[in-house]
Amino acid sequence: MLLYVFKRLFQAIPTLLIVITLSFFLMHLAPGGPFDGERQLPAEIEANLLATYNLDQPVWKQYLIYLGNLLQGDFGPSFRYKDFTVTELIAEGFPVSLELGLWAIALALLLGIPLGIVAALRRNTGLDYVVMGTALAGVAIPNFVIAPLLALVFGVMLAWLPVGGWNDGHWRNMVLPVVALSIQQIAYIARMTRASMIEVLGSHFIRTARAKGLSEREVIWHHALRPSLLPVVSYLGPAIAGIITGSVVIEQIFGIPGIGRYFVQAALNRDYTLVMGTVVFYGMLIVLLNLIVDLIYSVLDPQIRYDD
Amino acid sequence: MFLHLRLRPTLLAITLAATLTTLPTHADTLRIAIMGEPASLDPHKISGKWENDVVGDLFEGLVTEAADGERIPGVAESWEISEDGTVYTFHLREDARWSDGEPVTAEDFVFAFRRILDPATAADYAYLLYPVRNAEAIYTGAAEPHTLGIEALDARTLQITLERSTPYFLDQLSHYTAYPVPKHVVEEHGDRWSRAGNMVSNGPFKLQRWQSQTRIEVIPNEHFHAADDIALDEVVYFPIEERNTALNRFRAGEIDVAREFPTEQYAWLRDNLPDATHTAPFLGIYYYVFNSRDGHPTADPSVREALSLAVRREVISEQILGTGEEPAYSFVPPGVGHYDPAQLAFADMSQEERMARAQELMAEAGYGPDNPLELRLRYNTSEDHRKVAIAIAAMWKPLGVEVDLFNSEVAVHYADLRQGDFDVARAGWIGDYNDAQNFLSLLESGVANNYGAYSNEEFDALMREAAETQDLDRRGEIMADAEQVALDDSATLPINYYVSRNLVNPALQGWENNIEDIHRSRWISFED
Amino acid sequence: MTTETTTLHAQGASPHLGESLGREAWRRLKQNRAAMASLVLLTLIAVACLVGPWLTPWGLNEVDWTAFSAPPSLADGHYAGTDANGRDLLTRTLYGGQISLSVAVVATFVSLVIGVLYGAVAGYVGGRVDTLMMRFVDIMYSLPFMFMVILLMVVFGRHILLIYAAIGAVEWLDMSRIVRGQTLALKRREFVEAARALGVRGRTIVTRHLIPNTLGPVIVYVTLTVPKVILLESFLSFLGLGVQEPMTSWGVLISEGVDMMQGAPWLLLVPSTFLALTLFCLNFLGDGLRDALDPRTR
Repeated sequence: MLLYVFKRLFQAIPTLLIVITLSFFLMHLAPGGPFDGERQLPAEIEANLLATYNLDQPVWKQYLIYLGNLLQGDFGPSFRYKDFTVTELIAEGFPVSLELGLWAIALALLLGIPLGIVAALRRNTGLDYVVMGTALAGVAIPNFVIAPLLALVFGVMLAWLPVGGWNDGHWRNMVLPVVALSIQQIAYIARMTRASMIEVLGSHFIRTARAKGLSEREVIWHHALRPSLLPVVSYLGPAIAGIITGSVVIEQIFGIPGIGRYFVQAALNRDYTLVMGTVVFYGMLIVLLNLIVDLIYSVLDPQIRYDD
Repeated sequence: MFLHLRLRPTLLAITLAATLTTLPTHADTLRIAIMGEPASLDPHKISGKWENDVVGDLFEGLVTEAADGERIPGVAESWEISEDGTVYTFHLREDARWSDGEPVTAEDFVFAFRRILDPATAADYAYLLYPVRNAEAIYTGAAEPHTLGIEALDARTLQITLERSTPYFLDQLSHYTAYPVPKHVVEEHGDRWSRAGNMVSNGPFKLQRWQSQTRIEVIPNEHFHAADDIALDEVVYFPIEERNTALNRFRAGEIDVAREFPTEQYAWLRDNLPDATHTAPFLGIYYYVFNSRDGHPTADPSVREALSLAVRREVISEQILGTGEEPAYSFVPPGVGHYDPAQLAFADMSQEERMARAQELMAEAGYGPDNPLELRLRYNTSEDHRKVAIAIAAMWKPLGVEVDLFNSEVAVHYADLRQGDFDVARAGWIGDYNDAQNFLSLLESGVANNYGAYSNEEFDALMREAAETQDLDRRGEIMADAEQVALDDSATLPINYYVSRNLVNPALQGWENNIEDIHRSRWISFED
Repeated sequence: MTTETTTLHAQGASPHLGESLGREAWRRLKQNRAAMASLVLLTLIAVACLVGPWLTPWGLNEVDWTAFSAPPSLADGHYAGTDANGRDLLTRTLYGGQISLSVAVVATFVSLVIGVLYGAVAGYVGGRVDTLMMRFVDIMYSLPFMFMVILLMVVFGRHILLIYAAIGAVEWLDMSRIVRGQTLALKRREFVEAARALGVRGRTIVTRHLIPNTLGPVIVYVTLTVPKVILLESFLSFLGLGVQEPMTSWGVLISEGVDMMQGAPWLLLVPSTFLALTLFCLNFLGDGLRDALDPRTR
C-alpha cells in the first residue's frame, strides 16, 4: 500500500509538468494580454511593462524562465495585485476558502448521506418524494441565484445575518456562504447515495446477508453502506478540490477573501503568473484528492486492490 | 425604508456590541464599498479609479481636492507661475508631515517624480507626468534622470519646469501620479513599503490594516496639518465588485457609501431610498468607435453619419439605462473647464428628419433593401453594454442594416480593437483630468487609443495649434473648432455622457456630488 | 450465485432476446406513473420550445418600444412580460429552450458515452492502463477551462457545435471517475469472475456485465449533469463562445434575470421555472428508467 502511495506521488511529477506546459502555452496563445484594457498604454510604456515581466521574450523562453523560477518555489509576482506575490495571494486566500469549503463539505455529507439512505429505504414513498424533490430544487437553482437570494432574505429583509464580508471568519459571516455552497452538494450527495444504495440493496450479497437472518440494521450498516458510498466518494475527489478552492460566485456575492475569484479573474485580467499559480495549485489538489479517493476505495471495498 | 435605514446602524451596533467585541463599535467609522481590490497602495503602481478612493485619503499632493472637487492648496501653501507658463515654484507648508512625524520635504517630491518615471518602477501611468521637462526622454532612456524638470531649491521650495506651457498641469498635481512618496521609507523597505506596517503617508489618514480582497482600514494621521478638522475615527474600504452586493450591504446598514450601484435598480432606489441615491454628471463619454480603415463600410463618412443619425440617444438614456445619463451630441462631456463643447449638426433635428436624412445618406452610399449594409458590432461582455448594443442594432434596422452582435471578454475585446478587427465597437473614456484635450487626443492621427484610426489633417492641425496656445479661453475655442471638425466627420458615435452613481448614508455630512466623482473622507462627518 | 448467473444469461443475450428486453423495460416504465407523467411533460416542453415561438405574438428580436421591462400582461401579448430591451420574454424563453435542451441532450450524451466507456475500460483493465488513463483525467481536470474555450474560439470561430464540444470535453471527467470506481469494485464480484472463467471476452464483459451494473449511479449522475451543462453554457456566452444575441438560452436568461430579481422578478422566474420543470421531469424519468432497466428487479 505504502509503495502504491509513493508510486502515485511520483507519477504526480510528470502529470503536473504536462499540466504546467499545456496551460502555459494555452494561456499565451489566447488573444489579449495583461495590458489590453479600456485604456491603451503609450507604446514605450507598454514595451517597458512587457520587458519588466519578460513578456517581450519568445514564449518558449518565457516558459523556461517560468519553469526555472518554479523549481526554486517562486511563482512570481502577480501582474494585477502588484503588492503581492502569487504565493502570498494563495497563502492568504486559501485558508479562507478551505475553512468555508470544509464546513460546506461537512454539512453536505452530514445531511446528504442520511437523506440519501432514508430515501432509498423508503423508496417511492411520500418521504422519498419529499426528500428527493427538495434535493432536486437544490440542483435546479444555480448558486448565482441562491446566493443573492439568501443575502436578500436573511441579510437585508430579516437582518439576521450579515449580507457580506469576512470579519476574520466570524461564524455569523460564514453561515450564508456555507449554506449557499453546500445546497448543491447536499443535493448531489443525497441523490447519488440514494441511487447507489438502491443498487446495492438489490444485489446478491445483500440478499445473502438477509437470507442469513441478519437484522435490517446490521445489513445496512455492516454490508450495504460502505459499497454504496463508492460513487459518492468518486464524485467527491474532484468536487472537494473545487469546493476548497472557493467559488467565484459565492466569494463575490458575500465578499469572501478566498482564492476562488482568482481562477476566473486572473484569466480575465491575463494575470499570467497568477493563472499559472492557481493552475499548479489546483492540479496538485486534484492529484492528491484522486489519490485519496483511490485509497478510500479499498477501505470501502476490501476487494479493490491496485497491486496488479 | 428610509427610517429603517437610519435605525439599522444603531441596531447593528447594539447587537454587535452584545455578541462580539472584535468589530469596531464606535459610530464614527466610515465604511465605503469601493469597486474592486486595489492593484496596489503605492501611488506609482496604480492606474484605476477605485484605488484613488483609498490612496487619495492616504496621501496629499501639492494641490488637493475640496469636498466639491475644486482644487485647493495641499502640501503647497502657495505658488508662482512664470510668465510663459513653464516654471512653477511651490512653497511647501511648514507643518507638512509624514505619518511617522518626519517632515515632508521638496526632496520627497523630487524623489517621487524620478521614481515614477524610472522604467524600473514599471508605472502604467508614468506618461501623465510627461508635461514635465525631459520626462518622456528620461522614461525612454534618452536623458539622464537628474535632468528631470523638478528641483528642490530648499527643503520647502520646489521648482517644476515643464516642456511647454500646460494649462491643466496644476489640476494634474492633485492626481495620485504626482503625490510625494516618503524617500526614507521607500529606501528602507523597497517594494514592500506600501504594505500595512511599513507604509508612511502624508495625507489625512494612515494605513492601519490591509486584508486583501476584503477590507482596508485607515485611521486619522495625527501629523496631518489639518488633523483637527477630521471628524472620523476610522475609514474602512470594502472592495466589492458585485454592484448588487454593494447595494444589499448598503441596505443592511453594513456600509455607509457604495461607490456604484446597479443601473437596473435605479427605479427601485429612487422610490425607496431617494435620500441615499446620488447621481451626477461624470467626466466620461460612452461611445461607439467607427472603423475608418479602408475596406470597412464605416470608412465612408456618410455611412457613419447615417448610423449616428439613426441612434435615438434619448431612448437609450431614458428607457434602456435610465440612470440620468445625458444623451451625448458631442465627444467632450459638458462641464469641462474653459471649454464650450461643439455639437453634432443634427442635434436640433427631429427624429423623423434624422431618419429621413439617414435613409438618404444610405441610399447615396449605395445601400438599400437589395444591398443591405452588414456590420459587425462588438462589445465587451456586460449587462449595460449588451442592452445598448441590442437597442442600437434595433434602431439601425429601419435603415436596412444587418448587425452581427459580437461580444467578448474585455481583454479579447480590446486586443481585437487594437488590431482593427471590427466595424463598430463599444468604447468609453473617462477623463484623466478635467481638460478637453484629454478627450480630443483620442481622435488624433496615430494615437494609441484611436481604435478606429480616424485621421483628419485639419483636426490634427487645430490640436497642434491649441497645444501652443497660452490663453485658456482661446485654447478652448480652438479645441472646440477641432471637435466640430471631428463631429462633422462623424468620427465616432457619441451615445451618452457618464454619470456617477453613489449610495450615501443620509446621515453623512460633507458629501458633495462633483463631475470628477472625487470624495475625500477628510470632509465627511456623521451628523450628530 | 443463481441470481447472478441469470443476470449473466440475460445480459449476454441474443439480439432477439435484447429486443424483448427493451419491450419488457418499456412495459415496466409505462407502469411508473411519475415517470410517464414526466415523459409527457418533457415532450410538451420540447414541443413548446420548437413550435411555440411561431405562436407567440412577438418575435425573438422584436422590440416593443412601448414596453421595457414590462410585467406580464395579456393585453399586449407579452404573456410573460418583457426584458430590459422591450423584447417578449416568453418568446425568448422558448427560443432559449431550443438551445438549452439541445445542449443538454448533446453535451450530456457526449459526456455519458465517453465517460462511461473510458471509466469502465480503465477500471476493468487496471494496472498501467488505468494509471495512464486516470492521469490523463487528472490533467484534463487541471487545465484552465477558460483558455481552452478562448482558444477553441480563435481556432474554429464561433459555432454552436463548439459549445457541445467544449462542454462535452470537461463534463465526461466526473462520469469516468465514477464509472471506474464502480468497475473496480464490480470486477471482483463473482458474476464477473464467472464470466471470465467461462472465457467471455473482455470487451463483452465490459459492455454486457460491467456497464449495465453501474447504471444506477450513472443515470443519476446524468440527471445531475444536465443542469450543470445548461448553466455552463451561459458562462461560455459570457466569454463570447456560447449563444450570441439575439439568440439566447435558459442559462443566459437566468443570469440576466438575477440582477433584476427585485424590480422585474418575472425575468428570473419564467426561465427558472422552465429549467426546474425540465430537471424534475428528467429526474423522475431517470429513476423510472433505472428501475425499468434493472436486470435484477425482474
